[in-house]
Amino acid sequence: MEVTVLPEVTWLGVVIKAVIILAIISAIAGFGTYLERKVLAFMQRRLGPMHVGPYGLLQILADGIKLFTKEDIVPQNANKLIFQVAPAITAATAFIALSAVPVFPDFTIPEFIPLLGGTFVPSMAADLNIGVLFILGMMAAGLYGPLLAGMAQANKWGILGSARTAIQFLSYEVVTGLSILAPIMLVGSLSLIEFNDYQAGGIGSWMMWQQPVALILFLIAGFAETNRTPFDLLEHEAEVVSGYATEYSGMRWGMFFIGEYANMITISVLAAVIFAGGYNDLGFLAGWFVIILKIAFFFFLMLWVRAAWPHVRPDQLMWLCWKVLMPIAVINVVITGFVMMA
Amino acid sequence: MNDIEIITGKFPTAKVTEALSGQEIVMIEASDLHDAAVCIRDELDYVLLLDITAIDNLAKSHKCESRYELRYVFRSSDFERIMIIGLNANIESGVDTLCDYYATADWLEREVWDQYGVTFVGHPNLKRVLNHMEFAGHPLRKDYTITDAQFCTRTQDLLDEMEPLLTSREYSADRDNLMLLNLGPSHPASHGTIRTLAALEGERIVAGVSEIGYLHRGFEKSCENHPYNQIIPYTDRLNYCSALINNVAFAKSVEEMLGITLPDRGIFIRVILMELSRIIDHLVCLAAGLLDMGGQTNYWYLFNPRNDAYDFLSRLTGARLTNSYMRIGGMSHDFYEGWESDLEDILKKVEAGTIQSLQMVEKNRIFQDRLQDISPVSAQQALSFGFTGPNLRASGVAYDMRSISPYYYYDTFEFDVVTGSVGDTYDRIMVRFEEIFQSIKIIRQAAGTIPTGDISIKDHSIFLPPKERVYNSIEGMMNQFKLVFEGLRVPAGEYYGALEAANGELGFYIVSDGGPIPYKVKVRAPSFVHMAAYPKIIEGYQVADAILTLGSLNIIAGEMDR
Repeated sequence: MEVTVLPEVTWLGVVIKAVIILAIISAIAGFGTYLERKVLAFMQRRLGPMHVGPYGLLQILADGIKLFTKEDIVPQNANKLIFQVAPAITAATAFIALSAVPVFPDFTIPEFIPLLGGTFVPSMAADLNIGVLFILGMMAAGLYGPLLAGMAQANKWGILGSARTAIQFLSYEVVTGLSILAPIMLVGSLSLIEFNDYQAGGIGSWMMWQQPVALILFLIAGFAETNRTPFDLLEHEAEVVSGYATEYSGMRWGMFFIGEYANMITISVLAAVIFAGGYNDLGFLAGWFVIILKIAFFFFLMLWVRAAWPHVRPDQLMWLCWKVLMPIAVINVVITGFVMMA
Repeated sequence: MNDIEIITGKFPTAKVTEALSGQEIVMIEASDLHDAAVCIRDELDYVLLLDITAIDNLAKSHKCESRYELRYVFRSSDFERIMIIGLNANIESGVDTLCDYYATADWLEREVWDQYGVTFVGHPNLKRVLNHMEFAGHPLRKDYTITDAQFCTRTQDLLDEMEPLLTSREYSADRDNLMLLNLGPSHPASHGTIRTLAALEGERIVAGVSEIGYLHRGFEKSCENHPYNQIIPYTDRLNYCSALINNVAFAKSVEEMLGITLPDRGIFIRVILMELSRIIDHLVCLAAGLLDMGGQTNYWYLFNPRNDAYDFLSRLTGARLTNSYMRIGGMSHDFYEGWESDLEDILKKVEAGTIQSLQMVEKNRIFQDRLQDISPVSAQQALSFGFTGPNLRASGVAYDMRSISPYYYYDTFEFDVVTGSVGDTYDRIMVRFEEIFQSIKIIRQAAGTIPTGDISIKDHSIFLPPKERVYNSIEGMMNQFKLVFEGLRVPAGEYYGALEAANGELGFYIVSDGGPIPYKVKVRAPSFVHMAAYPKIIEGYQVADAILTLGSLNIIAGEMDR
């Protein structure tokens, strides 16, 4: 087996990588909102943002300015500390989860750049051997953001929203975990790089052909964990006004938003790496390009579903989770186990 | 022996008085009301209590027996006949309530008490419904001065209604940890300004109480101060989603009081515009209802053609939402050149949008699971609640005034009366979907066979003469002068005129004293009675269901609060 010796990972490299992830993913998340609006507009026969910049491209900028300059209102009866911290939890956990996701290939900063020259920047900020577990754990920890936000704001809609958050995220955590347990059994590792290498043999070797049930379960649970239609119950305005975000304004609200989009990207990356062949080269297409296509597809899928379907009711969500998805996930794991033993 | 003879036979003191246009009012003794109601409901089988209203005789030109009179309008089980019962109300001793016989009576009697101060003995909760709780006096009494402004600031907590309701369900807000949640008045899904106080156990509603009146602007009082033609702009604001139907409903009632009918072309124009308005109304209801359950794309598929329809109305009438196109005895002008192709274009777009929207949800499991078996209203209940229109038809009762008591040549058009089976939210939504297609069918037939000729009547003591005549002839000049300065005069009498509006039976109970200004106008607004039933039918369902139920009932605050 060929062993490539990588340069030593220094703390400087990790910091640079972390900054890059923050900058890139925030930008992509912002651009994601633009894409979402444009894609939805296209599907709904309207134009979407058109007025700020060419084809409304600068709309993100305008939104950013608006979010940053809006008054930050903290309700009088709210638990102020928790109210102010909660959005940070959502945003932080979303980005911490991304630290274990390979975002770009590793590279070394050229020598001629002062101070940073020669620093090796790894492909992921934290190369953990339990990558999958860490990412899921971090995304699960993100549940505290909406939960605390809803309970701290002294608003009944917030309480309803956070109650919905608690049941939805906790329940679907189980399905997400069980659904990727079967692929983990096949690969025998929790490292995303191992997953990638497992599927190196072209389209035929993609995990989705071996584990189609797991893919579907993972996507459904992923929609629920990122609060996307048809499971966008936490802040559906027709029912619970804005749910946990009712009393938030300005950038604090924006942090929930960024966190949600970062989670969408994480789920898309996970789906691409675990089930759709990762960043292996595909024919003449380079690996980095292929993975971007795959991530974009899963991201698009979320928008597509939003345009196509209405959403479910909380009790139907629970019914789906505990009476349908979880039994299927368990059966899938058991069958996978038998097949592996046989 | 007809129904009125049966009543007069049973109650020897009952007198029959002539109303206008062949209608008759059976005046009974106030003490006989209970027995008369039993007879009317059980023996004569009048299933719908359409309206209750009062008349304050203080300003009448002739002397009356008592100051306050009540009017009850019933509709028979074959829906073809109405029966108007009248009685002289004694303000001190009050009148017996009909709440035990018709569930509709609850809010209708509250409204009469609110507006006229007539008490109803035995009413479970006789309090104001349209006016604010702190409001003093009864505004529709003739001695109430309209210029007296009253500032009302307190909010009612509705616990006076909620607590007995909870007790009767063996709940206690404290003991059972119920959350009392205000759905509205400003809630994204309250479709106007409507407040429902819900007691929640988790997300399940164990009891609900509604408060309305946030949009009350005294339509009926305004009518008593304006000539007939000047009321038409006010009717636009009743059901603002289908303003033209309201225009026509009022104009048609007054025309029937005058005993005139429009030339055929005018009638056809009215039919086309009414059906177009019905389509718009249903589109709004469906789009908003589907948006409430997250069906964003459906919203756009349905709202884009609605916008095109508004463009057409804007070209025709000069206004998008509040058209004020009708006049008593006709309408302001004829269709413009080339309207046929514009109309057909809109119909095609509406058809395409509706079909596509339907395709997206018809076989969608989420859609079906969200709507089916949610807040079902049985036919029996629906009639007792006073439901009419699509909401009643969803419960399986084929009552559509257009086919049962046809007016405006509706019997010559071929269309189906759409009915549901169980009356749940799903049926209410699907009935509206199908009615859009039926309305398109009617418009195509009417547009294909529309005759040429006049659109308005020629009697210039009612309808303004053309401008050439005003400028060139003395008669025309005088007609114009009389109509503008005085207004048209309607013979003294009472009349209940109704037609099938987008939301149900829209009735106008008009009392004329012979003058150019109506003595009294009472709107029988379908949304008002539908809303009265709303807090009852959402019980036991979840908040998310209640939102959809409100959307499917299509409550329009403008006509509900008047």
